[in-house]
Amino acid sequence: MSDLTQAQVRERIARRLASRHRKEKLFRGLGIASIAFGVMAVLLLFSDIISKGSGAFVQTDVQLQVTYDPALLGIDEVNAETLIWANFTAVIREALRARFPEVSGRSEKRELYSLVSSGAPFTLRERLQANPQLLGKTEKVWFAADDDVDTFVKSLDDSAEGFRGRTSEQMAAWVQSLRASGELKKRFNTTFFTNGDSREPEQAGIRAALVGSLLTLMVTLALSFPIGVAAAIYLEEYAPKNRWTDLIEVNINNLAAVPSIVFGLLGLAIFINFFELPRSAPLVGGLVLTLMTLPTIIISSRAALKSVPPSIREAAMGMGASRMQVVLHHVLPLAMPGMLTGAIIGMAQALGETAPLLMIGMVAFIVDVPSGITDPATVLPVQIFLWADSPERAFVERTSAAIMVLLSFLIVMNTSAVLLRKKLERRW
Amino acid sequence: MNTMTLDAPGYSEPASPQTLEKETVDTRTKVRETVGTPFCDNAKLKMRNVNVFYNETQAIHNVSLDIGRNEVVAMIGPSGCGKSTFLRCLNRMNDTIEGCRVEGDLTLDDEPIYGPKVDVVPLRARVGMVFQKPNPFPKTIYENVAYGPKIHGIGSRRAELDEIVENSLRRAGLWNEVKDRLDKPGTGLSGGQQQRLCIARAIAVSPEVILMDEPCSALDPIATARIEELIDELRKNYTIAIVTHSMQQAARVSQRTAYFHLGHLVEVNDTETVFTNPEHELTEAYITGRFG
Repeated sequence: MSDLTQAQVRERIARRLASRHRKEKLFRGLGIASIAFGVMAVLLLFSDIISKGSGAFVQTDVQLQVTYDPALLGIDEVNAETLIWANFTAVIREALRARFPEVSGRSEKRELYSLVSSGAPFTLRERLQANPQLLGKTEKVWFAADDDVDTFVKSLDDSAEGFRGRTSEQMAAWVQSLRASGELKKRFNTTFFTNGDSREPEQAGIRAALVGSLLTLMVTLALSFPIGVAAAIYLEEYAPKNRWTDLIEVNINNLAAVPSIVFGLLGLAIFINFFELPRSAPLVGGLVLTLMTLPTIIISSRAALKSVPPSIREAAMGMGASRMQVVLHHVLPLAMPGMLTGAIIGMAQALGETAPLLMIGMVAFIVDVPSGITDPATVLPVQIFLWADSPERAFVERTSAAIMVLLSFLIVMNTSAVLLRKKLERRW
Repeated sequence: MNTMTLDAPGYSEPASPQTLEKETVDTRTKVRETVGTPFCDNAKLKMRNVNVFYNETQAIHNVSLDIGRNEVVAMIGPSGCGKSTFLRCLNRMNDTIEGCRVEGDLTLDDEPIYGPKVDVVPLRARVGMVFQKPNPFPKTIYENVAYGPKIHGIGSRRAELDEIVENSLRRAGLWNEVKDRLDKPGTGLSGGQQQRLCIARAIAVSPEVILMDEPCSALDPIATARIEELIDELRKNYTIAIVTHSMQQAARVSQRTAYFHLGHLVEVNDTETVFTNPEHELTEAYITGRFG
């Protein structure tokens, strides 16, 4: 350097400066482009799902004037027993025939009857049960429309023609006539949140799957968090660093990368075949997901324990605290935010897991809301899988709607993980 | 020689002091034997032939030293000379370091410090420690001081604890500054206050010995002066061993000074002698600033 004058050095630096700035810009641009790509992908996913799924939150109703005719119902009085046997279907069919008196012929009539949901008789029964004095009277009742009708009505908003699909021309004419006379309305689809699965899209809901997911996650959390934290504490605070602990560490990291379906097979072989636990149960699902989330929780808990400064341990140890006191009084409270964050992320993973649950029978068609961890149940992602597989067009929007519900749960969980970390994290 | 090992199953009997000296002592360092007065009559802590190993590396070579009652002994020496390692042997803080092995006779009031039957919990209650970097617990000031008494079951009632906390903070010269904010986090204090809080925390369990590992290295001169005053004050009740890099500090606070060099204890003498008329040429070289 000594043989260069200061002016020469400055000149050399200046010459390189432009290219350095250019590279700097390029480097930053690459980062921005990557972020933009990620954001684009998320936006695309969300807009696609929302545009497809928002329709599921709306349900078309058909208004019919029904007469609770004792003769048609085949009952004389309203009580628990007669309500079971009463022929509400006949009443609804009568009401439909009265609305469209021009319909004749067997097949045409059958088509007319399929205007309303096959769940309509239950609507009627509930009304009569609530108001027994309605027997013999006439009233106007809103019934859920059949899923094909519902799909057709919704498509009419987009174009005058609408998407008919399986709907016949005749049916389309009836719908148009009902629509013109104000006997069709759209309402918020509460059924979607209060019912279990059903073969009929208009009666299908996510409640059973949601409760099943909740029960499964509870089992998973109750098992994986204490076990994971205990394992992490032992490995970080107690275990000597030797070949055995290295081996354990490699195995834990390995487990985190094992395809989840393998855990499903393991659960099938051990929990169901060997221990003979019930199939399709949140208990077994939770056990399998525990195996799957344990590595995540152990790894994140160990990282959280590692981040506690050793000076705190030394201070406590220098005061004469025992190993356990050091851990319980000082290390654990400081590591807890990180551990909880890891646990929430592990739970979010478990919530979205499908494959291992297929192996243990949680893919079964389950209508009832499970009331305990040994009841047959399904979970949200499996419900999505089932609906995505269904041929009815109305299940397309329900699939997307269920994905929206699942995504919102995941967003809530991941946001709370971030907030928790922000709130509890401590700086030294 | 009564020797103990911590966690070395494959440990073999150490070489006798003579052979050890011949083999491991670099003749360049001219360390034959500690010069001066390593022993005293009213010894609180007695260390004889202490060797410390980190795995295969020997950090302390055959050190023997007494620390008397109500005496402040300063340990000085260049970085990496083993003075902190030696200090940490006295309350077995080295136990927590993997691969660290301590050999030799160490006694507190003639009771062994190392041994299969010795419980470190009461030992550390008797031998407190103040660290280089102030390390208050991320809890309130009150809880910081009350922690030791609580875990050792010294003050069980709230009133008792209150008294212990107040006395400890008073002795550490911190009471007037923090009495109105005992429920505020200890980590919110200034560096000097934090270090005094750590001292208050250490004396809250009424230890007999306080070990200080460069307690002022992270503090400004004013905070340092306060801690030094405090050390002089504490001498009335406690035995103190202090590691320091500041020779002025050693001169100000200690009665005897021990000079360590590359794991050897070169010289121990009255502080005044060490700084005015050192016996060993290495000591002289260090205090006159020829190396270190």
